[in-house]
Amino acid sequence: MGACHGKTDAAAPAPPPGAGARPRLVALIGPPNSGKTTLFNRLTGLRQKVANFPGVTVEHHIGKAHLPGHHDVDIIDLPGIYSLNPRSEDEQVTHDVLRGAMPGLRRPDGVILVLDSTNLQRHLPLAAAVLSLRLPTLVALNMADDLRQRGGAVDTEALANQLGAPVVLVSAVTGEGVESVAQFLTGGIAVPRLVELPVLQDVPACRQWARAVSHQARYTHPVPPVWTRRLDAVFLHPLIGPLVFAGVVAAVFQSLFTWARPLMDAVQAAVAVSGAWLHAVLPDGWVESLLVDGAWSGVGAVIVFLPQILLLFLFIALLEDSGYLARAALIADRTLARVGLQGKSFIPLLSAYACAVPAILATRTIENRRDRIATILIAPFMTCSARLPVYTLIIAAFIPERPLLGGLLGTRAAALLGLYLLGFLAAIGTARLLKSSVLRSGHAPFVLEMPPYRMPTLASVGLRLWDRALAFLKRAGTVILGVAVVMWVLASVPTAGGEKPPLEQSLVGTLGRAIEPLIEPLGFNWKIGIGLITSLAAREVIVGTLGTIYGMDPDHDSAGLQAALQKELTFGGAVALLVFFAFAMQCMSTLAAVRRETGGWKWPAIQFFYMNALAYACAWIAHALLS
Amino acid sequence: MQLSFKAASRKKTAACLADLPAGSEAVIDRLDLPGDLAGRLMELGFIPGHRVAAALSAPGGDPRVFRVDGAEIALRRETARHILVRNN
Repeated sequence: MGACHGKTDAAAPAPPPGAGARPRLVALIGPPNSGKTTLFNRLTGLRQKVANFPGVTVEHHIGKAHLPGHHDVDIIDLPGIYSLNPRSEDEQVTHDVLRGAMPGLRRPDGVILVLDSTNLQRHLPLAAAVLSLRLPTLVALNMADDLRQRGGAVDTEALANQLGAPVVLVSAVTGEGVESVAQFLTGGIAVPRLVELPVLQDVPACRQWARAVSHQARYTHPVPPVWTRRLDAVFLHPLIGPLVFAGVVAAVFQSLFTWARPLMDAVQAAVAVSGAWLHAVLPDGWVESLLVDGAWSGVGAVIVFLPQILLLFLFIALLEDSGYLARAALIADRTLARVGLQGKSFIPLLSAYACAVPAILATRTIENRRDRIATILIAPFMTCSARLPVYTLIIAAFIPERPLLGGLLGTRAAALLGLYLLGFLAAIGTARLLKSSVLRSGHAPFVLEMPPYRMPTLASVGLRLWDRALAFLKRAGTVILGVAVVMWVLASVPTAGGEKPPLEQSLVGTLGRAIEPLIEPLGFNWKIGIGLITSLAAREVIVGTLGTIYGMDPDHDSAGLQAALQKELTFGGAVALLVFFAFAMQCMSTLAAVRRETGGWKWPAIQFFYMNALAYACAWIAHALLS
Repeated sequence: MQLSFKAASRKKTAACLADLPAGSEAVIDRLDLPGDLAGRLMELGFIPGHRVAAALSAPGGDPRVFRVDGAEIALRRETARHILVRNN
């Protein structure tokens, strides 16, 4: 055993850079809230990608740590775990990866175990479990700055001798100590003599061991975080707390319409200028038409919404990184318990405001399977960012901006808020229906750790926004571009004497006309029908499609999309369209995620038919009432 | 008011965590819960013999935050009811 542990890569000289040396794979593991991901971002920067393990839904990030003078090291960021007992899917995955039992991934040849230094005793049992796997391991005690500020201390050398593994104090937020992590990656860190760690099965015994070890390491527990206590006295105040909660939500929505506006105008101007430039540069003909009228007007119509979507993700990142989101889950628990859900459903449901796909992945923290399925089924009712382009466009075209509540809220922001509320009510109603029938379950436990409040860092928030922007642009460049091009082709055939046919006689026009009887009771004409067909791939595609349709329709050549829509829809039809988008399931990625998570086509099929039937019925009612 | 009275009257016998008045401390006696949940709670610090303090709660008093082992964990009343505590 001693020889096995002594012959680690960490002790061996680093292989020469380049020269076909295979990059090493190092797993980054640690409990939730230990700052693991911040350290990962610091080590890998933008050289990372998200991936899924085959067969399971656990998402992980893989990145490359670039080490000057050495070969790159692949780092895999695994989900946060409290122990290696495979109790949840997250723990099972970490367990399998560390044992080399994960198909498609070789066994890591090193581990960076990130522990919260301000909570050492609680997290040491995880160290015992991980170290007993005998992989070369670095124990990184994170939040060193926090520990010091709160009067705590630890002797890393003594702890290293107790654990038989190198121990370093780091602060992923400030960058302190990160160089010693890099040193571990290049094999330049001293490994202490191996010690025999006790094999401990039950938690109290583990804890006793942890207490003894931290005593030997002269660990001084930090004083409780003063600011967290003070902030909680406000945020969890019986009266002020809910008011702050409501205020935060209102501020997010109002800013989506006011702060995002100038940025969106700027992007719109850039799209228009570049479109005109393409027009001027390209020779007249079908290539020009395809690029300018098809591709660019379709993609451009969607790209305009990038600032708004990033702003929404910015708020979610700030709330999550600051620690407020856990408090919000606590405040929401009782309300959610009334419809049979729990506070842990709040985090996926709030993420669903950005996008249903990560939300569905986030339901994995809910241990109770029935609660989890119910949360998955209602998540797509929450107003995801893909609905925003549609909502913004129709609201701007049909609702005049007037101040409400003494200028506190505009009519447009209020309309948007109303749509968010509508989706929320549909989700709550559906949850109640499900939990009182097919998904009835006993009371599931609600156990949630309240992390201390932390100042979100620019790097971590920035990186998440960058991730989101790339994902959005990638979608604009693939799905939306693809649909725009297909639309242009369908709108250009059959050609009549070498000329493009009028839209009505084109293939896409025929298609739209075919479904017109079905959607006419909702107040939609065949052009909106074309948009609805294409939006089954992804909601925001309708904006691109309408951009393409009107971009090539001579009647609307000069008019903006808003003006075009005002001619196309009555007020009742516009409201019906909003209601339809609020309820309908129009997202292939979400259906695929639901199928993966629930292990079959049954739940996604139920979800698809239920949501679309509800959307049709409610849109019909809205149209009938308003016209 | 009623809660603190209950806790006071049970000074010698085991009381449950749910009845612990906000701001006061107790020692965990045992977890009267199914194995999986008990295991998870023990990993989080709810270990017999360890101290626990009741902190703030959500509006309406449920769930509540408990301080244990330097961390703050929120539990619903229905779970806290099955964690038995004694007074020292």
